Amino acid sequence: MKLQCSTSQGAAPGEADDTSRQPVKFGILVSEGPYTHQASDTAYHFTAAALGSGHEIVRIFFYHDGVNNGTSLGVPPQDDRNITTRWRELAEKHNLDMVLCITAAQRRGLLDPDAAKRAGKDTSNMAQGFNISGLGQLIDAGIQADRLLVFGD
Amino acid sequence: MSVLHIINKSPFEKNSLDTCLRLAKKGSAILLIEDAIYAAQKNTAVADKIIAAVARHSVFALAPDLDARGIDESTVVDGISLVDYEGFVRLATEYHAVQSWL
Amino acid sequence: MPQIKKFLYVNRKAPHGSIYALESLEVVLVGAAFDQDVSLAFIDDGVYQLMLNQNTNGIGVKNFSPTYRALSDYDINQIYVEKESLELRGLKQEDLLPLTWEDEDEDWAEKDSIQVVSSEELGDIIDKQDIIFNF
Repeated sequence: MKLQCSTSQGAAPGEADDTSRQPVKFGILVSEGPYTHQASDTAYHFTAAALGSGHEIVRIFFYHDGVNNGTSLGVPPQDDRNITTRWRELAEKHNLDMVLCITAAQRRGLLDPDAAKRAGKDTSNMAQGFNISGLGQLIDAGIQADRLLVFGD
Repeated sequence: MSVLHIINKSPFEKNSLDTCLRLAKKGSAILLIEDAIYAAQKNTAVADKIIAAVARHSVFALAPDLDARGIDESTVVDGISLVDYEGFVRLATEYHAVQSWL
Repeated sequence: MPQIKKFLYVNRKAPHGSIYALESLEVVLVGAAFDQDVSLAFIDDGVYQLMLNQNTNGIGVKNFSPTYRALSDYDINQIYVEKESLELRGLKQEDLLPLTWEDEDEDWAEKDSIQVVSSEELGDIIDKQDIIFNF
């Protein structure tokens, strides 16, 4: 039998609640790759605004085609934003945990050096600043965070 | 305890606005982002739905997404409040959970 | 005491035409190990994921629909299907996989995991969640 604890997870607007003044912990799920959909851009701007407002980011988890945000081989036009670099720089500045889902990444050919070696590939293509891990990290983000936001198509 | 409902697709492309309006409880908030901001305009085929939504929910639209698409504030349905990314963050803290209708 | 949260996985896309149905199920199965209060919702084209008799041989993709039958082994038995979504598609509960679970509190009585609910009921369920995934 499961025991359930009641939680205070934010109140309706107009109600006094500490959440509006205390830092809130956000989990971010990015479900689409760079450029093809606006999801990664919106997620980035939300994340940057949350950090600027003093909130905490538990983890940014990249799933489905979102894993392609972690490519080391992107060469977008010079006069446009570099989505991968932008994420990396934000993560470095704020010590963020950016995780690519390992199953989704391997399925789509996004390999960290270990995976590449195990699969007998002659190169890996995961960008600096990203970690690779399992779906448990996404669930964990949901458990640790006060709010989870999904950015997708 | 109320949910923040986020819609990101145009109401002319996908049924996400309809599904959201069918399931969002009275008093919950709706935030239009990305291509969903087209739903905020007056004089569209979905304007009546949005006007009805404004009576039941707090409805918001992400201003940078309107600007990007050339939609002027004056053409937005009355009662929809515009927010920036900081406002988006604030909404996410004020409502107890977030539901993204992709 | 560790806090248990209400996790809802919302599925609105048909299977096979895109990967979202399969990859959503993969999250659900991994998430089952974390002992949260898990519910699944199938809305709009998501109801098609639960259809009987899926045979993917002709299109050459993996048929993952049998995996839904294993959800009860992972203690996932709160599966909500929106009535309006079914009706719009000319479907009834009989067209869906007969997912069941065994209630140990009632002498292992077999019960339906799928509950067909009205939009209003589903809206109430959504309103009570802490963490909502959409695929």
